[in-house]
Amino acid sequence: MSDLITSPAGDNPLMPPAGAAWGRSIGPALRVLRRPMPRFILRRSGYALVSLFLLSLTIFFFVRVTGDPAALLVEPGASPGDIAAIHHQFGLDRPLWVQYWLFMTSLAQGDLGQSFYYQVPVMSLYLSRLPNSVALAAVAMLFSLVIGIPAGILASVHVGRFWDSVGKLFTLLGLSMPSFWIGLLMILFFSVYLGWLPSSGAAGPVVLGASIDPAHMIMPAFALGWYFAAAHMRLTRSSMLEVLGSEYIKLARIKGLPQSLVIAKHAFKNALIPVLTLAGINLVLMINVAVVVETVFAWPGIGRLLYEGIAFRDFPVVQGVVIMGGAMIVIVNLLIDIVYAVIDPRIRLGS
Amino acid sequence: MNSGPLLDIRNLSTHYVSAQGSRVVRAVDDVSLRIDAGETLGIVGESGSGKSTLALSILRVLPPAARIVAGRMLFEGEDLVEKSDAEMRQVRGKRIAMILQDPMASLNPLFTIGNQVAEPIQVHEGAKRRSAWQRARELLRAVRIPAPETRVGQYPHEMSGGMRQRIVGAIGISCEPRLLIADEPTTSLDLTIQAQYLKLLRDLQKEHGLALIFITHNLGIVAKMCDRLAVMYAGRIVEAGSVSTIFNAPAHPYTEALLNSIPRMSEGRERLTAIDGQPPDLSALPPGCAFAARCPRAMPRCGVEAPPEFHTGEDHRARCWLAAPDAAQSPLALPAEGRRGFA
Amino acid sequence: MTIRADIATLATPTSRFAAIRRYRAGDYPVLPLLILGIITFLAIFAGQLAPHNPEVGVLADRFRPPFWLAGGSAKYLLGTDQLGRDVLSRLIFGARISMIVGFTAVIFAGAVGTVLGIVSGYLGGWVDQVIMRLTDTWLALPALTFAIFLAAIVGPSMWNIVIILGITYWTRYARVIRGEVLSLKEREFVRLAIVAGCSKRTIMLRHILPNVVNSAIVLGSLMLGVVIIAEATLSFLGVGVPPPQPAWGLMLADGKEGLMVGYWWLTVFPGGCIMLLVLSANLLGDWLRVKLDPQLRQL
Repeated sequence: MSDLITSPAGDNPLMPPAGAAWGRSIGPALRVLRRPMPRFILRRSGYALVSLFLLSLTIFFFVRVTGDPAALLVEPGASPGDIAAIHHQFGLDRPLWVQYWLFMTSLAQGDLGQSFYYQVPVMSLYLSRLPNSVALAAVAMLFSLVIGIPAGILASVHVGRFWDSVGKLFTLLGLSMPSFWIGLLMILFFSVYLGWLPSSGAAGPVVLGASIDPAHMIMPAFALGWYFAAAHMRLTRSSMLEVLGSEYIKLARIKGLPQSLVIAKHAFKNALIPVLTLAGINLVLMINVAVVVETVFAWPGIGRLLYEGIAFRDFPVVQGVVIMGGAMIVIVNLLIDIVYAVIDPRIRLGS
Repeated sequence: MNSGPLLDIRNLSTHYVSAQGSRVVRAVDDVSLRIDAGETLGIVGESGSGKSTLALSILRVLPPAARIVAGRMLFEGEDLVEKSDAEMRQVRGKRIAMILQDPMASLNPLFTIGNQVAEPIQVHEGAKRRSAWQRARELLRAVRIPAPETRVGQYPHEMSGGMRQRIVGAIGISCEPRLLIADEPTTSLDLTIQAQYLKLLRDLQKEHGLALIFITHNLGIVAKMCDRLAVMYAGRIVEAGSVSTIFNAPAHPYTEALLNSIPRMSEGRERLTAIDGQPPDLSALPPGCAFAARCPRAMPRCGVEAPPEFHTGEDHRARCWLAAPDAAQSPLALPAEGRRGFA
Repeated sequence: MTIRADIATLATPTSRFAAIRRYRAGDYPVLPLLILGIITFLAIFAGQLAPHNPEVGVLADRFRPPFWLAGGSAKYLLGTDQLGRDVLSRLIFGARISMIVGFTAVIFAGAVGTVLGIVSGYLGGWVDQVIMRLTDTWLALPALTFAIFLAAIVGPSMWNIVIILGITYWTRYARVIRGEVLSLKEREFVRLAIVAGCSKRTIMLRHILPNVVNSAIVLGSLMLGVVIIAEATLSFLGVGVPPPQPAWGLMLADGKEGLMVGYWWLTVFPGGCIMLLVLSANLLGDWLRVKLDPQLRQL
């Protein structure tokens, strides 16, 4: 990602030759496929497919290598007869490659199996919980950016001085305090002692399938965003430092612009690009790593679903959540790369 | 008009201090210089000799580790060293402007050309966006950018290197400064564009009555562009005077070596590599003359005692024991044929 | 050259003072080393130091607060949990679990990642392609979710957690080590070894491996905190170290029960221990990175 940003124009196969007007050089439709851009998208999509394949293979492999999958597929306490029946029903007595084929075909049809506990397809269960996770991650992301970006700018402007040290401490704490512990401490303080906020659950109006209620969201969002706020601060700081050392910032100072304008206009906009890219990736990550925070606050998202799956030994749910999480990340990474490649030649960063 | 020099730098020292305070780099050390209105001063030296730090000191846009530790800089009678940051902002870009070395990197990739050219006009003259952009178009025309009406709306990556350097030049002259500092403005341009750009700078200087400080390591350019010359070595000015005096009779062996290293046949942009040895470490300067270790005419005294500035003629001074009035040897007598081709 | 410059600057009195101060305190991360030392000491001598059995409690003494609060006693310095077990003793034995899991998982991940990184970087070609595709896929997975998944299928046990964290986190080593190997491959001494006719195995073992050990150590120290938090998370979710063992994450999960009625010591103490340990590991890792990483050291 950073390579894309910093490499000089000449080294980047995505870039048209220096000086060529991008808009003018787009030729007839037939030539489009020979252009680097669609070729890049095709190649990058190919990689994503390979990744998805490896992902399914990994999960398939681990389930079978660690024991009898039938033991996971039956409810606890099943008799040997039931297990044998399961073996036959799920084709576990057939060759491995046949099993993998069956596994893949049902995956490709969006079939993640049936939940033992809820007695509904895992996919519909997953989709009903997803909006809550997305909403929580969005609020957590907002929080992490609102804290992380200004703190990073402050640290970069005061590099090596007091506010930079405060920022460093903040980052260290962010990386060293487990999110679920922060969540527990907040419940202790805000729910138990002060009684200001509800400690768990979700309430409020449902918008697009997600419960929207600030009182229930604020603590889990804070606990979830805390670590990411530290990460965003660190990247903002280093990105700002890189930009502040650039020639165009020097020129902006030489022009006699006030410091505020140099920072807010010339430096900030350039420094923000890598931060927002990371934030995009992190948003997906937040949706998928919220399991502990959602457990602590009983927030009905996919993380909580995963926890329930573990607690109720509901194996299809556990496997389904993991597969969907991995697939989501692979696909979003692909989209981000494509978006980057599309906008990059135009703004020609770092040239 | 002010009767004195436009800019009079007296005993300026700028040092870089490392974070622990254990290393002090004397990037600019006891430098005195003056430049009159409308005049062109060349500053020549190897990379790392302190030229760029000197230029940044004048505008006080030094990196955080650097400090002006001594000296005065009288610009139109006002001491720039004493000015507050806010006062200094009124000087930068408006009364003293500067062109940086790298045209590809000195424009912000995310803003249009018009935005960046109009910016100092809006900031310094409080002009409205519309009129500032109108001025920006005129400035682009003045630096001979074709079709300025469309160019103002474009981004830096849509321009060639030569065009970008002209745009940086246009930003430089946008507020009609009295002094323009050009820090190696042509190093990254190819030869034909370099020549065009130098001509443009000269034309702009004539039209606007600019004083120009031209920082370069190319003595060929100095010969073409400059009235007076200062040679920097290890943070100090080792020789200063009019271009014709120095080119015909250099008083410092370093200047002499520089002049000898210019290839005779072409006036290209060859580097000054013909002098044996390395420039000294600016954080651990030798006790005597900094050039002594590389000097073909070093005397015992040179390794012990740093030479002060000697005046060898009207407006000609050098830091070299050879230039001392009581020096046993006569000032450097030079064969005339070696100096051909320089005015 | 920098050494000479340092000697030269040592001659001035102010810088000599700065140098002494630097070597006395700033040069060693005293506080992190101290905390790690104490935790290691507790972990090793847990059997001698802990005042009570960490796994067996006195039900009559359940939910006792720390000794300085009303109802607390010197018998249970940091209070007791819902089964009347001594919190201090559980914390001390918990240090042992965190340290064992942390160090062994980091070493396991480091060994796998370093070997794969060296093989991938040195051999190149299709081997490199396969290993790096796998690494990328693995890196794309949310590591923690993947570890939870693995833990859920293999069942809870301390050594299972070590193996799971090892195979979850090897990818970070593989990426970094491979990058180092790619540049080492171009260095003179490796080329000389090739010309001298050393086998690929010899070159990888004798010439490449010693040169990437520093990076592996730095990465390992930075990964230690990540792994310890991961173990606590797995234990907290009930797929890590099984009860009644006193893992800190498990203690936090147990403490949830008393949280709503204000039994704060069951939450604050174990979490604080995790934070101190991870903080120390991170500080030590940062320091090691500056000291050992050749790229940074050259500056």
